[in-house]
Amino acid sequence: MAGKLLPMADDAPEQPQGGRTRRDFLLAGVRTGSVVAAGGLLTILAKAPAAAGTVWQIDPDKCTQCGLCATNCVLQPSAVKCVHTYAMCGYCKLCFGLLKDKRTGNTLSVENSRCPTDAIKRVFVEDPYYEMHIEENLCIGCGICVKGCTRFGNGSMYLQIRHDRCVNCNECGIARACPAGAISRVSVKTPYKLKTRHA
Amino acid sequence: MPLPTPGPWDRDRRRTLALAALAAVAGAAPAAHAQEQKKQPPPEFSEGYTPPMPSQPQPRMPWLTTLDVALLAAALGLAAWIGLHRRSRREMRLLGLFSVLYFGFIRQGCLCPVGSIQNVALAALGSGYALPFAAGALFLLPLLAALFFGRVFCGAVCPLGAVQDLALLWPRRVPAWLDNALGVLPYAVLGIGVLYAAAGTAFVVCQFDPFVGFFRFSGGWLAISLGAGLLMLGTVVGRPYCRWLCPYSVLLRWTAALTRWGVRITPKDCIQCHRCADACPFGAISPATLEAPAEPRAVARRRLGRVLAVAPLIVVAGALLGRLGAPAVARYDRVVSLAERVYQEETGRVKGQTNASEAFRKQATPTGELYRQALVKRRWYGGATTLFGAWCGIVVAGKLIFLTLRRRRPDYEADQAACLSCARCYTSCPIEQERLTGLRSPLRDAPEQP
Repeated sequence: MAGKLLPMADDAPEQPQGGRTRRDFLLAGVRTGSVVAAGGLLTILAKAPAAAGTVWQIDPDKCTQCGLCATNCVLQPSAVKCVHTYAMCGYCKLCFGLLKDKRTGNTLSVENSRCPTDAIKRVFVEDPYYEMHIEENLCIGCGICVKGCTRFGNGSMYLQIRHDRCVNCNECGIARACPAGAISRVSVKTPYKLKTRHA
Repeated sequence: MPLPTPGPWDRDRRRTLALAALAAVAGAAPAAHAQEQKKQPPPEFSEGYTPPMPSQPQPRMPWLTTLDVALLAAALGLAAWIGLHRRSRREMRLLGLFSVLYFGFIRQGCLCPVGSIQNVALAALGSGYALPFAAGALFLLPLLAALFFGRVFCGAVCPLGAVQDLALLWPRRVPAWLDNALGVLPYAVLGIGVLYAAAGTAFVVCQFDPFVGFFRFSGGWLAISLGAGLLMLGTVVGRPYCRWLCPYSVLLRWTAALTRWGVRITPKDCIQCHRCADACPFGAISPATLEAPAEPRAVARRRLGRVLAVAPLIVVAGALLGRLGAPAVARYDRVVSLAERVYQEETGRVKGQTNASEAFRKQATPTGELYRQALVKRRWYGGATTLFGAWCGIVVAGKLIFLTLRRRRPDYEADQAACLSCARCYTSCPIEQERLTGLRSPLRDAPEQP
């Protein structure tokens, strides 16, 4: 059977005469059938609207900020980051995402910050308003600020899987661990579930 | 298919529904109040400041995925050419190294054909999931290659296989009985992978992928220790994952058994020196059988008859065991385990809340709806695990039947279904050495080996 692909020595034994047995014939039929079926399937697949595939995303309305996003991603730090829809933000002077409930001393000193990695930067807009900007390189996706903002503030901070980092595992580690079932596959064409102005 | 007994929540369903309704009414008013209170209207900015929208970095470009598919196809072609035409172990190893580097470390192992079984299962048997083109292509290409060239995918393209192949330093043979017994496992892994994927519960094959943690330099302790254990075992035992765990190996076996051109060890005649069988670390070379059958035909026939009589019993036993295991299997599903937990909390059997039940209570889904969903899932699992048990029974029975059959084989030849196309056997063959060097092998004149 291996005949033609093999570089044969000059004195190679002759191939069995009489050609193909019934077994060979049947096998060839099965192979041709499989190739045709596979080809057809691939053509159908390529034309399907979902052909481009899916990515994982968090539904911010389901998220409970349990903190598992920070630990269960295959990436360290996690591909989940805090995202801020500024249009929803109340620009609170004492930002509930940024600051702890109980504060000591100078309000804005780092000891009063919720964020374990100090990833929230205050960017001056105009007196007395500051934009709460998330440094994604520092953010670990723990959701502590999100919890604060959701409980006391406008809920303008929320967690999203950032697709410039996410490696799009076939089985997302955090989706599996998420207690709220908030992570699901979404179309690659609409890869984010951003909160908009006061939904 | 018998209907499963209803979950414990079913008996108390009316009461729990009432409880849920009560909770909804009680909870609604203060919640609405709190909602009203916490809103801080966005300020009016004086200097024309408009709040920016959050950035949306896009996922990897789709054409790169197409490139991966093309690279896989090219690597398969190359592996077939090296394995069947060049017959070079060295080049095969280089290709394997490339696969480990690109498909493993650079692409970080996802998507892969092994895992794509689950995408196909979810798309075909589950609901609400359309199979992406890349997953379909990755699933089909290695099988098509196996149909024509044997398991060249295993030889050097699969990063999971290649990394084990590189780790195989001191190969030892595994006793045939152990190899045969463990050889049933991939069928079970395939079954359980398809089961959980079709249910939409999890992709367990990916979850317990032993080597992807190395490719990503991360992973849970379970995955890492499984991978490290398999690699350590793999230094002496050839490719333990490929032979005794990989679910894709089942499909590759089936297609490779039909292969058009497969590994043919000797380029000319076989002198039955047994060297190739010694060189194969995977026990994939069937030795030549002696001229006279070792036992009378009647004895063999009687044994086959006995096995055939037992086979249906094994299948039925498997189905029953599967049915019995259904509740435990179903508990791996998020909805089922959550419903059980919530039920226990509602009836006061446990105190406190888990993360999941707390999250559930924050969402406004009524408990009855959760129980209903869980019941549907449980019922599905009742049928599916029965089928899974029957499948395992069929595999065990099939293996027994296969083992009782004796085929006559004049020469040593690669068992196409089991051969991983690693190209180790070629260099061990004295006739291949004759072809390469043009010198007559001294083994031709040596007395016959035992």
